[in-house]
Amino acid sequence: MSNATSDALTQIPVTVLTGYLGAGKTTLLNRILSENHGKRYAVIVNEFGEIGIDNELIVESDEEIYEMNNGCVCCTVRGDLIRVVEGLMRRPGRFDAIVVETTGLADPVPVAQTFFMDDDVRSKTKLDAVVALVDAKHLPLRLKDSREAEDQIAFADVIVLNKTDLVTPQELNKVEATVRAINPAARIHRTTRAGLALSEVLDRGAFDLSRALENDPHFLEAHDDHDHHDHDHHDHDGHHHHDHDGHDHHHHAHPSDIHDVTVQSVSLRGGEMDPKKFFPWIEKITQMEGPNILRLKGIIAFKGDADRYVIQGVHMIIEGDHQRAWKDGEKHESRLVFIGRELDAERLKKSFDACQAA
Amino acid sequence: MPTVAPLDLQGHCIAAVFLDDVPHFALADGAVHRLDHGHKTVQANDGLLSAFHDGAKDRLITGGEDGKVFAVRAGGEVAELASAGKKWITSVAAGPQGAIAYASGKTAFVRFADGKIREFSHPRSVEGLAFSPKGMRFGVARYNGATLHFPAADGKPVDLEWAGAHTGITFSPDGAFVVTTMQENALHGWKLADGKHMRMTGYPGKVKSLSWAPKGKWLASSGAPAAIVWPFSGKDGPMGKAPLELGTRGNAMVTSVACHPSQDVVAVGYDDGMVMAVRFTDAKEVLLRRPGKGAITSMMWDGQERRVAFGSAAGDCGVIDISA
Repeated sequence: MSNATSDALTQIPVTVLTGYLGAGKTTLLNRILSENHGKRYAVIVNEFGEIGIDNELIVESDEEIYEMNNGCVCCTVRGDLIRVVEGLMRRPGRFDAIVVETTGLADPVPVAQTFFMDDDVRSKTKLDAVVALVDAKHLPLRLKDSREAEDQIAFADVIVLNKTDLVTPQELNKVEATVRAINPAARIHRTTRAGLALSEVLDRGAFDLSRALENDPHFLEAHDDHDHHDHDHHDHDGHHHHDHDGHDHHHHAHPSDIHDVTVQSVSLRGGEMDPKKFFPWIEKITQMEGPNILRLKGIIAFKGDADRYVIQGVHMIIEGDHQRAWKDGEKHESRLVFIGRELDAERLKKSFDACQAA
Repeated sequence: MPTVAPLDLQGHCIAAVFLDDVPHFALADGAVHRLDHGHKTVQANDGLLSAFHDGAKDRLITGGEDGKVFAVRAGGEVAELASAGKKWITSVAAGPQGAIAYASGKTAFVRFADGKIREFSHPRSVEGLAFSPKGMRFGVARYNGATLHFPAADGKPVDLEWAGAHTGITFSPDGAFVVTTMQENALHGWKLADGKHMRMTGYPGKVKSLSWAPKGKWLASSGAPAAIVWPFSGKDGPMGKAPLELGTRGNAMVTSVACHPSQDVVAVGYDDGMVMAVRFTDAKEVLLRRPGKGAITSMMWDGQERRVAFGSAAGDCGVIDISA
């Protein structure tokens, strides 16, 4: 990048790191800052804290949550990020990507929404993925005493199940099953000392509609042909534990039989949809249920449309676009997953089914 | 026909100002360029984020990523005024009697001419700063309103409440009104005598540039395809009145405004780099500069009311001479 004109056209990717104190965020950050991957990162942290690396592109910023004045309770943004990103982007030649580290107790939603709701931020940057670090040993305790730990998992695209050396294989399986129950759509990596390839964390394109549902074999396949495709860890003991029984249903909701889990997911599956019915429906659902929806992702087959339509959302914000042509032999099927709280699975299923093309 | 003397720089221009009638251009990398018998440069902050032209002292106050505040004077003199640690200095302002204010995180600082510094802590981030033109009083834009402090006295601060995030602040030249820019596409104002609210809404974009016309009769603003100019000559400000819309273009947004020092004319800068001068009375437009490489970020008229210095987000800066 040599001139300002081309810089202006480039949207810088932003990775959000969440996770409780002690889950390994700093370890991962230090790796991102020090490893020789040929990219330069600007890092926005809450406190300089333990990052042992001297780097002029580490910016300390006080978490500042702003409610938007539009009457919507879930429309929150991080005011400090707007300002810091704006400042950083005035000198875009210095870095290739931005990493935002959140505090242990942070709600990931305002962070993510900043990248959709603020026009200036949105024009210059794009949210790449939300990564949650989870301490395998302490997760059960965290889930007992806070809702944030659960929100961080529910909201993530990539979950790094860290400190696996501190638990038995049985405990690890149980923790992973819990994580999976909270978020069936994320990629899970088992690690010690946040030791995973940085390519699993950075440049994921999780919010990029053209990539999102393409490069993640896990996405939306959970609960039927759910096997081992994302298991790159060494200590896997052969089974993926499911917290539900039976694989023949095409929708379900579980405010979970697992203790202390209040997040549920609703996976919907149907045939070809009628766009005249689907769009008003998804609009209405996100307007009415927005506060309860943490994430939604889906691939929709519209009748008579040669292209797959992908959709994703955060609370009331939804984005959709044509992604690519259906491949020969690919089943024209619509799949949609909601992750949230107090979702009425039956009603969602019925109303979703009613959007199918005649 | 206006003529343009271009100065093509690399980087985002934070402030284009005249110091001792010499055009200066402060860039985001902290370099301050000037056209003073040739192109000269001095270095201020390591990463320059905020700047304020201190008219009374004829200097430019800058704050930056290095946590420092500098004063830049004509001739290339750069003096460090303050340092506030590792955090960014996100806003600076200058006031009467050589006082300056600067913000770092949730703290606003006032530095008096004698070097004494006072701290004002807030529960939330200090977003914008401005001094009142009269008396030793300064305002802080913050979440859910603004706070007015009296730094030279121990008086209780005055809180002006209005829901939402307020990002910038200005006092009217007569000190009667306070106006804030907001995170949403709106301005908010208070009449200080009675605390009456003024809602100024309807912008398609965020308002980032404000400029008071002579004697504070009008307040010009960016954030729309035209310069939105609110009437402030009545005792209740713009309440119940419609603003002027000057220099309307169908395909460009106004990003910077600078009112003429004595006449009812505003220089209007657009996101494509175009600059026009528009008269309030009849909305007559004069093209001052054709579109360039980047959005106009800052403009200022010189003391002779003959030239306009302008800076852009892409670094193509310059000086427009309207007398030619």
